[in-house]
Amino acid sequence: MRLVLEKRAERSTIIALISPLIAIGLTIVTLCILFAILGKNPISALAVYFIDPLTDGYSLQEIAVKATPLVMIAIGLSLCYLANAWNIGAEGQFLIGAVAGSWLAVKTQGTDAGHWVLPAMLALGAIAGALYALIPAICKVRFGASEILTSLMLVYVADLLLDYLVRGPWRDPQGFNFPTTAEFDPVATVPTLIEGGRLHLGSIVALLVVAAGAVLLGRTIKGFEIRVVGAAPRAARFGGFNANQLVLLTFAISGALAGLAGIIEVAGPVGHLQPGISPGYGFTAIIVAFLGRLNPIGILIAGLFLALTFIGGEQAQIAMKIPLDVTKVFQGILLFYVLACDSLILYRFRLISTSPKVQSGAR
Amino acid sequence: MELVEAIILSVLAASTPLLLAATGELVTERSGVLNLGVEGMMIVGAACGFGAAWLSGSIIFGAFCGVVAGILMSLIFALMALGLAVNQVATGLALTILGIGLSGLIGAGFVGERITPAPHLYIPGLTDIPLAGRILFGEDAFVYLSIALVVGVWWFLYRTRAGLILRACGDNHVSAHALGYPVLRIRLYAVMFGGACAGLAGAYLPLAYTPFFIPGMTAGRGWIALALTVFASWRPARLVVGAYLFGAVTILQLHAQGAGIGIPSQFMSSLPYLATIIVLVLLSRARTGGSTAPAALGTVFVPDR
Repeated sequence: MRLVLEKRAERSTIIALISPLIAIGLTIVTLCILFAILGKNPISALAVYFIDPLTDGYSLQEIAVKATPLVMIAIGLSLCYLANAWNIGAEGQFLIGAVAGSWLAVKTQGTDAGHWVLPAMLALGAIAGALYALIPAICKVRFGASEILTSLMLVYVADLLLDYLVRGPWRDPQGFNFPTTAEFDPVATVPTLIEGGRLHLGSIVALLVVAAGAVLLGRTIKGFEIRVVGAAPRAARFGGFNANQLVLLTFAISGALAGLAGIIEVAGPVGHLQPGISPGYGFTAIIVAFLGRLNPIGILIAGLFLALTFIGGEQAQIAMKIPLDVTKVFQGILLFYVLACDSLILYRFRLISTSPKVQSGAR
Repeated sequence: MELVEAIILSVLAASTPLLLAATGELVTERSGVLNLGVEGMMIVGAACGFGAAWLSGSIIFGAFCGVVAGILMSLIFALMALGLAVNQVATGLALTILGIGLSGLIGAGFVGERITPAPHLYIPGLTDIPLAGRILFGEDAFVYLSIALVVGVWWFLYRTRAGLILRACGDNHVSAHALGYPVLRIRLYAVMFGGACAGLAGAYLPLAYTPFFIPGMTAGRGWIALALTVFASWRPARLVVGAYLFGAVTILQLHAQGAGIGIPSQFMSSLPYLATIIVLVLLSRARTGGSTAPAALGTVFVPDR
């Protein structure tokens, strides 16, 4: 007897609905085993990871703060992936957006610049992110170079550029030689929503992005073109859709959103530019996009869930001395299970006999 | 003269992990599978290899554990991409994310520890020849192994029947299947070979290149190895040229930083990554009359009965 994969006659709608839940369930089981190996009580570790952050106001705000960049980046990435364009350099576009917006904040520091500074910073971040994302897109469309590799290489370049700026020209003269810019002026800071709280205006922007993504994909011709080009390239050609133009468009949108997320993060929760402003948001957003099934509402839920794992991971490190890397392992395993469960929408397993010929001969 | 010798020696050392990983990936891709998880397999190989060498005191055992770790990682990929017919790009990314987390977890116990790096060959007389002696006869075992591996892979792909079948799977899996070849099993072996090479390449870093382990020490080398297979048009001989070229860029920018030529170090450090992009663009542009990539590269195959 042998287990083989077989194509379903039509996609299974039941599995399509519950596959993210199965994936999360399987990940949690795997996580329990990992906790046991590390010598921690799995039940109390899970409680610290997934329940405790939901029980106090500060952590709830922090989840929204962490989910903001994840959701914004993932909405952009989902457009790329739907169009079968593989932008995996969102981390770099995030950093470049942060750098470009910070330029204005640094230049206007200490001057009596008015309230135009923050909107201008956000615009700069989005434009810079879009332009940075267009580099791999143009290399792909014009020269046929793999956008996967070029977009990823640009992550390292952006990281080094940021490092240079905060250690060199933009370093805070009163910063005791730490690699950071000075704290941004109030006019260059994203306002918080609650007095003295952490929740900031960026979370509202993220919700608007989700709504815009849902309208674009569900209600416009462009959104339809994006989905057709990815799902049925041949049909798209017959339909006269320009695949190259869609690669450029989806890369530009996702770059702009990642850049905007970058400058919001710097001008909001962080408050200044420094290395390490992102705990890998650009890469985690890839998981968010897939866990959310490349659907805007799904991405919103998935973004909140992965933000929960960031907060839970930090609390587990403090409370139970569980290494922070467990969070990354968790995210990697989760993506595996999500992809595996999604495969069962289109395929099913069947047991077959390994030697059918011998059996018929014996009869 | 001494400086030239030192530069060539360090170029060889910097190129070896790229060559090892790229050779493995070349075989994987020639069978039609695109495994983007090279970086993840390498970093886990580095952590396991260093841990084993530090605990046992044996470089060989360390290298062995690096290889095993690489194979285990590649088996996860094979289960997903071959067994469950999942999109290979997404699976490869997941493998890299998982690998970076796992290596941090495994390596946490021995960050900051040091080992005696792999010894260099010494043949009295031969190694003492000025200039060429140390370059040809004074390397560590990994350098010789990497070159032997490329030659072996070339011989396998172009001079054996098994190599021909493997390439057939990569160019047209439907035809290969119709001829009765077990496409998925052949691809499984190719993926495992890629994992073994990536694990060894990762282990090389803490065992021979720098005698300690730091998280994220592969620093994108796995991705550069992936770019090298494109650079080499999926041919082993060109892989050697590409790997040494990239090793040279890495080392020359380090020497330029050391010489203090007034360009910020971060700009010099970004050169290998920028070079990768430029090379990819130039090569993709130079190609006329269709791509040289294996025709079935990255496509899912589910045999029908």
